[in-house]
Amino acid sequence: MSRHRGTGPSQRSLHPLAWWIWAAGMAVTAIKTTNPLLLAMIAAVVIFVVAARRTAAPWSRSLTFFLRLGLIVIAIRIVVEIVFNQRLPGHVLFVLPHLTLPHWAAGVYIGGPVALEAILEAFLDGLRLAVILVCFGAANSLASPYRLLRCLPAVLYEAGVAVTVALAFAPEIVITIASVREARRLRGRATRGLAGLRGMAIPVLEGALDRSLQLASSMDSRGYGRRDGTNRSTRRRATSATVIGLLAVVVGVYGVLAVGSLFGLGLPILAAGIALCALGLSVGGKRTTRTRYRPDPWRWPEWVVAASGLCALAGLAAAEALGSTSVQFSFYPLAVPGLPVLACVGILVALVPAIAAPAPPATVGPKALGEPATLEPSAVAKAVTFGAAGSRPTVVEGGR
Amino acid sequence: MIELRDVSFRYGESEIPTLSHVELSISEGELCVVVGQTGSGKSTLLKAINGLVPYFTGGHLAGEVIVAGRSTRDHPPRELADVVGLVGQNPAASFVTDVVEDELAYAMENLGIEPAAMRRRVEDTLDLLGLHELRARSLLSLSGGQQQRVAIGAVLTASPRVLVLDEPTSALDPAAAEEVLAALARLVHDLGLTVVVAEHRLERVLPFADRLIIVPGDGAPLQVGDPGELMEHSPVAPPIVELGRLAGWEPLPLSVRDARRIAAPLRERLATIEPTRPGEGAALRPGSVVAATHRLSVSYGELRAIWDIDLRFCRGEVLALMGRNGSGKSTLLGQLVGLRPPTAGTVDVAGHDPVGLGARKLIKLVGLVPQDAGLLLYSATVGAECSTADHDAGLEPGTTAATLDRVLPGVPVGRHPRDLSEGQRLALALAVVLAPAPPLVLLDEPTRGLDYPSKDRLVAVLGDLRDAGHSVVLATHDVELVARVADRAIVLADGEVVADGPARQVVCHSPVFAPQVAKILAPEPWLTVAEVRGALEGVGP
Repeated sequence: MSRHRGTGPSQRSLHPLAWWIWAAGMAVTAIKTTNPLLLAMIAAVVIFVVAARRTAAPWSRSLTFFLRLGLIVIAIRIVVEIVFNQRLPGHVLFVLPHLTLPHWAAGVYIGGPVALEAILEAFLDGLRLAVILVCFGAANSLASPYRLLRCLPAVLYEAGVAVTVALAFAPEIVITIASVREARRLRGRATRGLAGLRGMAIPVLEGALDRSLQLASSMDSRGYGRRDGTNRSTRRRATSATVIGLLAVVVGVYGVLAVGSLFGLGLPILAAGIALCALGLSVGGKRTTRTRYRPDPWRWPEWVVAASGLCALAGLAAAEALGSTSVQFSFYPLAVPGLPVLACVGILVALVPAIAAPAPPATVGPKALGEPATLEPSAVAKAVTFGAAGSRPTVVEGGR
Repeated sequence: MIELRDVSFRYGESEIPTLSHVELSISEGELCVVVGQTGSGKSTLLKAINGLVPYFTGGHLAGEVIVAGRSTRDHPPRELADVVGLVGQNPAASFVTDVVEDELAYAMENLGIEPAAMRRRVEDTLDLLGLHELRARSLLSLSGGQQQRVAIGAVLTASPRVLVLDEPTSALDPAAAEEVLAALARLVHDLGLTVVVAEHRLERVLPFADRLIIVPGDGAPLQVGDPGELMEHSPVAPPIVELGRLAGWEPLPLSVRDARRIAAPLRERLATIEPTRPGEGAALRPGSVVAATHRLSVSYGELRAIWDIDLRFCRGEVLALMGRNGSGKSTLLGQLVGLRPPTAGTVDVAGHDPVGLGARKLIKLVGLVPQDAGLLLYSATVGAECSTADHDAGLEPGTTAATLDRVLPGVPVGRHPRDLSEGQRLALALAVVLAPAPPLVLLDEPTRGLDYPSKDRLVAVLGDLRDAGHSVVLATHDVELVARVADRAIVLADGEVVADGPARQVVCHSPVFAPQVAKILAPEPWLTVAEVRGALEGVGP
């Protein structure tokens, strides 16, 4: 039962989890490096794959949003660096007038000499964050968040409501803001600036919250979270094992990524977390009554896509293990970064999904958001000619 | 199938019960229509059937609701999902997934139905509701009527034995509404489903009803009975029933077909009289032009919303803008208040381009009441709303309050706008818009959710506005409102004007937009019961 929704048999949606693993691989690679060339390469690869394989659905446009957000992050990071000057040594570019703060704020500087190194560090910091955002945006563009939610194990059901509502919240808020802004104009009030913002916050939040509640009640009245055969205490134990496991995974991942933290216990904590999760999921999932409609298959393209994302990470790790110094940017002394070959190869492998992943079905999304119905030709004819083809005989009788 | 035993309900803080001591029993395969004013407790009654009241709304429910042998006391909504399917007022707000097919399967996934059975049921439902061409479409891209059908399909796939619908046609154009109601009637006849449907526009739904449930509101006892019998004495009635009463038809016809069969003598009596409405002649002598569009086009991306529109809006005229969902009505209204610049062409409102006008100047020239009138209101009380409106427009304090008093006297000043009835809220929004006395007044779908008395009041107010020399534009699906108040009618289709002329001609020539009286008395162009009554009194028996 594959998910053929397109015109050709080769068109299908890739399993959402594969895209998310691929994007996560790229994001973690970005976290592990400060080499601007590698970061730029990651961003380029991700954007290329998205351009090649995204659908026409509304959520596919989230990449643009995240790109913009990334640029803002970089800008903010640099401005913060310049204003709250850390007084790093190095090549001074310019000197800002500085404030003398009272003694209780010792260690905080505002203004003063700004070094090239400081700005570069801030830029790279921001860039890294921006690339991570782009990876996240790419995952959103390639796989509908709703479809990812369907893969959520049964144990995490309570979380499912929260996630669905949260997913619906952002687009809803955009729609509400537009209508509230229009309404303010109709009332003869400011729609821009601070005054506009103040008057809009309450109606917008009110509207979006209303909608979230409606969504939750709709999920409930359509059977979401029905009690299955398992008894209460088993379910509770399974849920708590999963939640604790997930927390441990988060802490463990932090320990692994931030070298030197948690006294080197990152890996054992991560392993314990994964084990706990597996236990909780297997116990909780055993007697679930939920079924899946046309589940996304996991075939070789899924393996390839997921593996290619991990390849990038592996390439970087290998380069670092072999003692390549150019994985991290060198500030002291300031030097033009080199290109570690292994890391480059790894990142380039992540381009494979642009070819290996099946083309998404063409018909899933609308051509434009808010596009009205594609009308059946008969319906158009009916309205334009006012023909007597009403849907009930009485209409025909009444017409002339 | 559905039993309500001594059910009383009140919301948390409220003193007055919304429902009190309701006894109701609905048997299998019945189509029940629930009628009542907004805020009378219709929605509460419907939601009590699947337990959303009180599980999601809060409040205190006494008595017992039993559906298919299960009491909502021990079964929350999710446990009743296989028995009751509930379709809310706003289908778009109930969608949980993003693609039509997934939405249809959602409830079945939760119920744990075999994948093979799921495939079959999805296909059956796609066919039953005519959705097969939309199966892979994104839900956001559907029109209102399509969304409504998907919402119905999404609960049908769980094969519930009871279907509960809260105003399923209120957002739909006449053709789409017919389509949805026809689908419902088919479900009752073919599958023996029990259907409970709340509806404001009785004229649409009455022919399908097996039983009528009138909810008077404020906890007064329900009236339940045969639609024909209840209609004989009901204070609210669709035009067809009023005409039947006027003509003394026995038994009272509820469908156009039945009425036409016994209307032959009436048609003969009226054949020699030219139908007119008081003040109608005035519309044919248009006064000065208030606003005009010249070759106006608006596109959103690739989509053409309106195309090459040349229109003039005159003083002393009520203009009805009709057309199916998504035909460009709201876009045209938005252009007249300058919400966004046009793609091509010009808009001229009293000599100004509305896009460039400051908001404060704009509201003195043109006022728009949007579809959701509540959007215009932000203050915590009616009184505060009126005084901020005065302040915003730079009016004499008290102007808006006085306008409100003219539009609808007796709106409680201290109440929060959200707690007003639909009719009161519309009156307040209308007062806010009318206070600066703009020559051009636009209303988008003003009768949505309005009960009959509020509609009567609206018709009177619109007539007053016309007499006072305003140019009034209504974008509406409500053909009965058009019949009663419009002088001129314009039909839009896919963004183009396909008909423009005196309302009487335009609506009578269209089977989709013709009001009930016109359908019954065709070929003579009578529009409303009031006209017929006037004519009969003039002629004598």
